[in-house]
Amino acid sequence: MRRLSRRQFLSIGGLVVVGASASQVMSALARDEKAPVATATIRYAMVIDPAKCAQDPTCRDCIDACHKIHNVPLFAPNAQGEETDKAHEIKWIWKATFEEAFDEQEGDNYATGGMKEQPMMLLCNHCDNPPCVRVCPTQATWKRASDGIVMMDFHRCIGCRFCMSGCPYGSRSFNFRDPRPFVQEINTSFPTRTKGVVEKCNFCEERLAQGQPPACVEACRQKALVFGNLEDPNSEAHKILAERLALRRKEHLGTRPQAYYITS
Amino acid sequence: MYDGKYIVPGLLIFLAVFFIPTAYTYATGGPSQPPKPALPANETQCVESKDWMRDNHMQLLVQWREDVVRNNDRTYTSFTYNKQYKKSLTNTCLKCHDNKQDFCDSCHTYAGVSPNCWDCHNVPKEVSS
Repeated sequence: MRRLSRRQFLSIGGLVVVGASASQVMSALARDEKAPVATATIRYAMVIDPAKCAQDPTCRDCIDACHKIHNVPLFAPNAQGEETDKAHEIKWIWKATFEEAFDEQEGDNYATGGMKEQPMMLLCNHCDNPPCVRVCPTQATWKRASDGIVMMDFHRCIGCRFCMSGCPYGSRSFNFRDPRPFVQEINTSFPTRTKGVVEKCNFCEERLAQGQPPACVEACRQKALVFGNLEDPNSEAHKILAERLALRRKEHLGTRPQAYYITS
Repeated sequence: MYDGKYIVPGLLIFLAVFFIPTAYTYATGGPSQPPKPALPANETQCVESKDWMRDNHMQLLVQWREDVVRNNDRTYTSFTYNKQYKKSLTNTCLKCHDNKQDFCDSCHTYAGVSPNCWDCHNVPKEVSS
């Protein structure tokens, strides 16, 4: 066997090292950073038509339906069934003015059309990039991979309220008081909450599991709320968004909210 | 005996205090009895066998909780009876065991455990009354 010179040994060794590391470099270069990571075929979203909602300014059907089936407490209701104890209020879906909902649209008098006078139904936006999920220290809230719903596990919530600070939409409420004595009529098929737990809209995931639409959608007589799967091109929600211009709240924050407000 | 007039009464007082629990048990009708949870009237079979449920119902309920809330998996298949059940404390367990006081609480009180399920979950019978 021929003896290698020191020079030959070193150059062969160097080539081996370069060759071995080249495959790593090549695979790193070949990786497509923009490749889609989400392959879910369901992306639930709410499409809201404030113009239809405005037809009956006193209507509270969606709020009442939602709060009734989810055992949302009312601490000091007035004659209309609205909460007057704003410090302790728990809300899953609620009514706000345009200025409250879209403060960044101030001065835009044209694209928003008549929206400025219409009521805005606000709820959890079930963001694609939810800040509440990122800050939760116990993973009590998380984005369900199968359909994009931002879920809440009341068992695991420690009441730190990071999610409430994280949510730019005020969609989360904290139980400062024991809510159970203030639930008007307990729905036994859904749990109540305890003091020290954060709660919010869950897109009626317990109803979706039984093939029913969300309670607010079912309750709305004006059909102002349309719930659907945006990944399905035949869904009503998808069709509406394909035709109409819709606003989303605080889009510039990059949360990719999934509640769409159709302009009129 | 030095200081017998102190020691003997002292010993007697000590023995009297020491045997208070025994005396109390006999005075109130013998040693405490293990609980007899009231079984549902119109159902003879739980999701699993009675003995397995007695040992494992807490783990089963925690598993159901994880499955339903976190994994959206809502159907339980009994390995004993090969039947399917909806994973739900209020809507499955309490449908038969509708008397929480005479069923759940009887053992839990005896064993000195206080599960916090009921802080949130409803007992339909208690809600309606």
